[in-house]
Amino acid sequence: MEKEDKKKVAVYRKESFNAAHRLYNPTWSNEENDAIFGKCNNPNYHGHNYDLIVKLVGEVQAETGFVMDMKVLSDLIQKEIIERFDHRNLNEDCAEFKNTNPTAENIAIVIYNILQPHIPATIDMQVRLYETPRNFVDYPA
Amino acid sequence: MPPPLIRAKNMVYITRIEHFNAAHKLYNPEWSKEKNEEVFGKCANENWHGHNFELFVTIKGNPSADTGFVFDAKKLSTIIKENVIDILDHKNMNVEVEFMQGKICSIENLIIGIWNVLCPALPQGVVLHALKLYETPKIYVEYFGEEN
Repeated sequence: MEKEDKKKVAVYRKESFNAAHRLYNPTWSNEENDAIFGKCNNPNYHGHNYDLIVKLVGEVQAETGFVMDMKVLSDLIQKEIIERFDHRNLNEDCAEFKNTNPTAENIAIVIYNILQPHIPATIDMQVRLYETPRNFVDYPA
Repeated sequence: MPPPLIRAKNMVYITRIEHFNAAHKLYNPEWSKEKNEEVFGKCANENWHGHNFELFVTIKGNPSADTGFVFDAKKLSTIIKENVIDILDHKNMNVEVEFMQGKICSIENLIIGIWNVLCPALPQGVVLHALKLYETPKIYVEYFGEEN
């Protein structure tokens, strides 16, 4: 009976950052990189406005009415993600992508792994990352 | 014969939206690195950053009695793509875009540069009315080809 009363709700926080990157596999020749990554492989970089949506699913806490305090979540994303990636070159400035190609897929996984230790174990998190208004990824799938 | 309410002198504005993704930095080469960081903040990052830019191109004219068009929007799209998008998309505008060389790559200067390459590329009789350029969903500039 008590279990039925505990409703799970999904809450979302949206943030954004602007960054430069290029898609490049250092173990391939320039020709292979061009063939696979096309203009995304431009050695002079290009860039995007990334939109990040962090989804949390959990039970509504009786005391607060919150799944998680959105101000706390916002501050966490700001401190851990936005300050790290905003107005940066993901390939050059960010240690997370020294050995990882900064595709939208990999950026979403990196963001999830950075945030996850800060989210209570009772809450499930999913990261949605828009690279452009038309391309976006979810992790975990 | 056009319907009676469609008159030859109706001025209509038609807008085509295109987009491109590019890297840039805001940097005045005549200043020290410190002064650039003081004025441009994180936009001066020497390793670049980037944006998804949205470009709104508005032309104006009287709809043709034969086609109903001011100008074929598909043809307008092709002209914008060949003269603007292909030059800027997935590029570093400080390094690779000829019409931005010697200029600070702000969106203000970028929209003027786009106007100056697009205007001569339009067929005679197609009047460029306005450009609107979004750098982020919260920042955009407009340019009407005016001097003061």
